[in-house]
Amino acid sequence: MLVTGVVAPAVVMIVAVVLIVGALVYYLVSTILELRKIAAGLDLVIAGVSEIVAKSAPVNDVVNTINEQLDAGVDALEGLLVKKAGMRDAMGLVDGLYPGAAAAGLRNFPESTDVDSPRIGETYTRGTLQLARLGREAPIAAASPGGGVLRNVEGGSLAARSLYPEVRQTRPKNLPNSPVIGSGAPVQYEQRDDIGAPRKRPPRRP
Amino acid sequence: MTLWWIGSIVLLIVILPVVAYLLNGVLQAARSIPATVDGIASVAAAGSRDLDAAALLLTTQEQATQTIAEVASYGGSLDVILDDDDGG
Repeated sequence: MLVTGVVAPAVVMIVAVVLIVGALVYYLVSTILELRKIAAGLDLVIAGVSEIVAKSAPVNDVVNTINEQLDAGVDALEGLLVKKAGMRDAMGLVDGLYPGAAAAGLRNFPESTDVDSPRIGETYTRGTLQLARLGREAPIAAASPGGGVLRNVEGGSLAARSLYPEVRQTRPKNLPNSPVIGSGAPVQYEQRDDIGAPRKRPPRRP
Repeated sequence: MTLWWIGSIVLLIVILPVVAYLLNGVLQAARSIPATVDGIASVAAAGSRDLDAAALLLTTQEQATQTIAEVASYGGSLDVILDDDDGG
């Protein structure tokens, strides 16, 4: 009886310990397996991120170089524009091409923001305005008094080519042959006697 | 003897469920991570593919340099051809 009384709680405790150890084993092994999956996934992540780092490494230097080049170009063009057109007309042209841009002024000329820029139509002739519109695509067309842009973006140079009275632009199958001149020409003309001779005058009236 | 019984029952009824609950929480958290990691891996791969064109920036840089050189040359010619503003 005493043995049974001692063994029973011991069995219960052993069962409890076994269950606890079993739970520990099950959950810890499952966790280890999940952690292995995570490690494998992180390897893929590291590979992808490493590629990103490698591919984006030169971007900073390249973009900085491009910006430096563009800054130099802007500086040169701004200087040339102001030098040739004068500050007032330069701002008028800038405002004509980019409406509202005159308010921002030129980067290297802080005083350009104080200029009362003239309207492009008042300063420049229609031909100049059309040339400006030909050289750009859309923005000038919106602000120009003549309406839409003249340049056909899709047509490109072909549209401009049609302005010239030239046969080749129609792309004929055969162009006329060049005329053959000289002694081998198919049509020979005899030299007229009267060419170079004194001009005949009608007889004077008596 | 009574304490032994109490200890065994507490171990079986209290400690075991608590241990199982905590370990289950750890396991569920661990199981939720691989899906997220896979998502990150796919995003990283997509980002890497998006950067394939970054190599073309070298061409862009070269062409920008050539364009600016042409613009500078054109501007130099204009500087020679056109008269300066007379200030009027």
